[in-house]
This record gives sequence, structure tokens and C-alpha cells, in this order.
Amino acid sequence: MYFRKLGAAATLAALLAGAAYAKTDIVVGMQLEPPHLDPTSAAAGAIDSVLYSNVFEGLTRFMSDGSVVPGLAESWEISEDGTVYTFKLREGVTFHDGTTMDAEDVKFSLDRARAEDSQNAQKALFADIDTVEAVDPATVRVTLKQPNGSFLFNMAWGDAVIVAPESIDGIKQQPIGTGAFKFSNWVQGDRIEIVKNPDYWGEPAKLDKATFKFISDPTAAFAAVMAEDVHAFAGFPAPENLPQFEADPRFQVLVGSTEGETILSTNNKMPPFDNVKVREALAHAIDRQAIIDGAMFGYGTPIGTHFAPHNPDYVDLTGLSAYDPDLSKKLLAEAGFPDGFTTTLKLPPPSYARRGGEIIAAQLRAVGIQTEITNLEWPQWLEEVFRGKDYGLTIVSHTEPADINIYARPDYYFQYDNPAFQQLMVDLNNTTDPAGRSAILKQAQEMIARDYVNGYLFQLAALSVANAKIKGLWANAPTQATDLTGVYWED
Amino acid sequence: MNRNLVLGAGLTAIFLLAALLSFAWVPQDVTQMDIANKIKPPSAAHPLGTDHFGRDILSMIMVGARTSIAVALVAVGIGMGLGVPLGLAAAARRGGWLDEVIMRANDLVFAFPSLLIAIMITAVFGASALNAIIAIGIFNIPVFARLTRSGALSLWTRDFVLAARVAGKGAARISFEHILPNVTNLLIVQGTIQFSLGILAEAGLSYVGLGAQPPTPSWGRMLADSQTMVSFAPHMALFPGLAILLTVLGLNLMGDGLRDVLDPRLRRDRQ
Repeated sequence: MYFRKLGAAATLAALLAGAAYAKTDIVVGMQLEPPHLDPTSAAAGAIDSVLYSNVFEGLTRFMSDGSVVPGLAESWEISEDGTVYTFKLREGVTFHDGTTMDAEDVKFSLDRARAEDSQNAQKALFADIDTVEAVDPATVRVTLKQPNGSFLFNMAWGDAVIVAPESIDGIKQQPIGTGAFKFSNWVQGDRIEIVKNPDYWGEPAKLDKATFKFISDPTAAFAAVMAEDVHAFAGFPAPENLPQFEADPRFQVLVGSTEGETILSTNNKMPPFDNVKVREALAHAIDRQAIIDGAMFGYGTPIGTHFAPHNPDYVDLTGLSAYDPDLSKKLLAEAGFPDGFTTTLKLPPPSYARRGGEIIAAQLRAVGIQTEITNLEWPQWLEEVFRGKDYGLTIVSHTEPADINIYARPDYYFQYDNPAFQQLMVDLNNTTDPAGRSAILKQAQEMIARDYVNGYLFQLAALSVANAKIKGLWANAPTQATDLTGVYWED
Repeated sequence: MNRNLVLGAGLTAIFLLAALLSFAWVPQDVTQMDIANKIKPPSAAHPLGTDHFGRDILSMIMVGARTSIAVALVAVGIGMGLGVPLGLAAAARRGGWLDEVIMRANDLVFAFPSLLIAIMITAVFGASALNAIIAIGIFNIPVFARLTRSGALSLWTRDFVLAARVAGKGAARISFEHILPNVTNLLIVQGTIQFSLGILAEAGLSYVGLGAQPPTPSWGRMLADSQTMVSFAPHMALFPGLAILLTVLGLNLMGDGLRDVLDPRLRRDRQ
């Protein structure tokens, strides 16, 4: 009897001691589930949100502040004329299936991405590549058709990660990368699990296991975090709930920057928006602060052009489109619409669009522009608006980093066709010195702001909620990623 | 005087009057947003508080009543307008092929849950108040067709119908001149119940975003908008929720009361 008691006490002591150890697993909530798991063949950001840096790595990579650092390439040399990049790869890197990662895999990945029949969603990243040669197993030489100042930046994208020819066929269900985590299990409609990769070449992950749980409904997301069913929620969908988390000592709220320029996209080819006066009137009818306060509960930074405010080359052009309904009415009258007009406003699901849309509709109504609001789900939005260009106005956040070059594509969904701007982007690609690039970027920002291509609303804030004991989460979202490689639980 | 009828009619009248009044006057224009005053609890300036865009919730409920009542009323109109003639025709040709066709078609519509049909219709033809009306109207048709037919069947065996036939009146004339007036009581009672179901259906469709589109205020969408804010702004969900509850309760009580008053069998039982 005595001994049994002693045994029980020992068990209890062991349990208590065990509880003091830091947790090594994490459940991360996320709103959107990936359609499949190949980041190199789909535009869906949800794929990168799960896999970027965790499972897949590229030659270079983004850090949380947006800087580009060496990834699988340890170092590189750039030729005098800026057209030949010689990458020195890290040695001893293996894929999760045990095969080694060498120059042939890099050549395979880049050639596959830029091939004629490639499914890559960002083929423009690879457009300047002329040839890729595997010099020896640890050296890759990439020759460009022309100098490209953003080539190293391009290689850091999730669309440019290194994949292996051995495992490419099953990548959509069974992704095999080189990262600090290995893909383990996907329960479709519910969760994706990844586990620590014991053979990782770099600093090993501090967590043993991570689960991404997909919760699309904002109310359910709130409940899941409150009940501590999920330990962190990346990209929390309901900003109105954040003050409650902030007031609760169990949680920390991370507010960072994203690359998401949230804009009132305008169909530049559809009358009356083909008239710059009408677009200018639109810009002056919008009260940005009311939209940020009403739709995002104050989270967001006003922008006056398609550029991220935290970027050193950003120019504050919000003054060009200051809120001035009287000026807006005057411009409409000059453009031949003294009584306004009616147009469509098609809104995708996020609350910045749905709520922002209602506010913008009210603001436009005040200057005489009537809008017919249609709420669309993402697939419908992509079909009707993005591909079909069947819309007058829409609201969407462009989350790709440094994407001002989309204005050089006349067939892009807002159909802005300005040869001067297109030339500017060609010049940008041909310029490698930082001062010259900065000047061109500033000029480009001003050009689209003065053409009032779209209504520039605000920079989306990165809003995450996590257990107060979790350290190492990214506050910013320089790219679509939930990098867990440096995440750990504090004791 | 029937207590249910008075209470029900009173509740219904409040919302009808609020809807009518909203055409002439509301405390605050519902298209006017006032972001600086968003999510304010009830106060003297805003008796029911303000919503997430700073709009006055009392005004929203008044204008929203318009949407609910209009949708439900027209939907019941569609159901009666089509269902009653179908029911009369089926009863007039009882046992014939027309009866079979009409009643089996009704069974087919009945076989689907009503809200599911409504969601399907609005999903296919787009979300709008008009499509919500059509969707809710369609599942009202078999309700009225069935009710009219069953009421009419027993009437067709009565002596006064026989007399009309002997006098040479055709089936259509008998149906409208003798049968229809005698099923009106049934229709009024059922109409009241269907009206309350229509309001509930409209709120449900708007809640999932398939009813009236913004900026038209609607009780269901007010509830949906308040969903993530319930934990810190319960008034945003409470008042539109109460509006739906009280209107539906009022109409149901009124329906019960009307049945008590109008149904001759029940009347005799009481005496």
C-alpha cells in the first residue's frame, strides 16, 4: 500500500515535470484551403501560405521584413554586364524522399517553370532567362537575355521554389521539398499536417509538428481561437474582434504590413471609365479613412498609388486623390455626367471588399454615381471579373510583392493601356543600379496616380492572433507565407 | 373577442405601420453612413443603437420591415394566385388525369425542402429581392393548391353544388361562384401562416446573402452583418432578431385566432 502511494506520487511528479516542458506542436488556423499542393503551378496564395519556406525553398528567399537572402544558393556572382548569374549551391541538401538536391534539380525546376507549356502562375518571373546550365553538381549558371535588376528577388517567390524530377508527378498531393518540415498528411476540407525534417541542412525547426487547420467562417475562426483549439491564426478575417484578443492576456495580436494594395479596380476600357476625368472624379469621391475605419476597424494605411508604403521607394500621392466630393461632382459635370451614371460593383468575399464596397457605394451615391452591388464567390469573381473583364468596378487586394508592372499589361483585368508606362517598365528591367531603379519606380507610381487608373484605397494590414507564449511568428507578410521554421513555445 | 387574434393582429400592425411610416419618415436616412458613430449602444439619439457603418438600427428595422413584408406578401400572392386555381381545377376534375397531373406536380415540389429550392433558384438566377420573391412564391403554390382541393372536394358533394349543376352551370363557373367563396376562410388562415413563413424565408435567404442586396436594408442581412460582433455589440443582433421573432409570432397568433373565429366547426364546438 505504501509503495503504491509512492508510485502514484512519482507518476504525479513526472506528469508535473512534463507539463513544464515547452510544447513542440502547433495548430495554425487559416481561412483558405489550398486547391492542391504544387506552388509552381497555381496562383492560389493558400498553397504558399502552407508550404513556402516550411516545405519548399528556392535559390533565394524572403525574410519577414521583405529582404531577400540566400536560400538553397549559398552565394552567387553576377557578371559585369548583369546577364550571367553563377549560383553556388549549398552542399549536402537532400529532398524529403532522400534524393540529393543538386544543380540538375535547379536546372529542372527553372526550365520547367519557363517552358512553353508551363502551368506556372508567374511565368513573367522567368521570362528573361535565356539558358540554365548545371556546371557541376554545386554550381548553376543562369544566363539572361537582358539584365534584370530584380532577378534575385524573382527567385525568392514561392513560384520559383526548387522541386525534384523524381517526385514531380505526385507533387499536388505529396509535395517533396527541401525545407525544415516534411509534408505528412492532408485531410481535405479540414487540415494539413507537417512534421519536422530531421535531416534538414540548416538550423532545424524547433517544432516537431505543425497542423494547418482551415476555418473559412470568421465567427468560427473567432470561436476556435477563443477556445484555444487553434494556437495561432494567420490572416485573421475579422478585424472587429482583435480588440477582444488584445484585452485578453492569453493572446497576442500581431499587426504587420503586407504587400496587399487594396484598390477599387476600374475597368479602364468600359465607358464612362475610359474618360480620365470620370476616373479622377471617382478618386475624389472616396473617403479612404472612412473605409479603413468602417471596413477594417482602423487597420490599414491609406495609399495614393499602387505601391507598398513600407517600401523605401514609396511616394505618398494620397494628396492627388484627396476626398473632395464637390470637386468630384464638378469633374463629373465636365466629363458630361452632371447627373452621374450607373455602374456595377462586383465584390469578392473578404470583408475589406464586402464592407468596403457598401461604404464606397454610399460615397459614390453622394456624388451621383449609382452602383449595383453583386457579391461573388472567388471562382465566380475570377471568371467574371478577372478573366471575363465583365465589370465596372470591383475591390480587391493585390498581395503580390512589387507588382506595379501589372500596369504594363494592357490585357490585365483593369485594361490600362499606356505605352509610356510600358516603356517605363522596360527601362526598369534594363536598369540595375539602385538609384536609377528607384527614380523609375517613383516615376511609375506617379504616372498611374495621375492617370487615376484605379481608386487607391489602403495597404492591407497583416493581422494575426496567437497564443501569448508563441514566439517567432512573422508579423509582416512580405509574401504569402506562414514561416514556422523559427517558431517555438516559450516555457 | 379572441385573445390570440388581438395580440397577433396588434404585433403585426406595429410592423406594418412601421413599414408604412418608413416611406414618409425615418429617424435617420439608412443610406447615410456615419462611420465615426459606428457600433454605438442604444441612446437617446439612436433608441436601438447604431450598426457597424453608424446607421441607425431603428431606421434600418423600419425600412427592413418594408423588404420583409413586400417579399412575403408578393410570395403569398404568387402562391395563392397560382395555387388556388390549380386546386379548384384538380377538385373539379377529381379522379381525372388533370387532377393526377396537378397533384403529382405538387408532390414533386413538396418533395424538396422549401428553403433548399429557394437557395437553388437564387443561386442559379442570381441573388436579388425579386428572385427571393419568386423562390418563396413557388413553394407556396402546392400549399394552396392542396388546401383548396381538399376543401373543394367535400363541397362538390353538397346539395347546393348539385343544384348549380342541375341549373346547367359548368365546372369552372361552379368552382368560382360556389366553391371558392366557401374555401376563403381556409385560405385566409393559411395565407397568414404562409405570410409568416415567407418573412422567415426572406430573412434566411438574406442571412446567407441570397436575398435583397445592399444597400437595401433587410433583417436577415442585419443579423449576418452582426454575427462577428455579437460578443461586444449584442444590440446589433438583438433588435433585428426581435423584429423577426415578433413579426412571425404575431402572424402565427393571428392565424390561430382567425382559425378560431372563422372555422364554423371550431365555433360550434365552443358553443
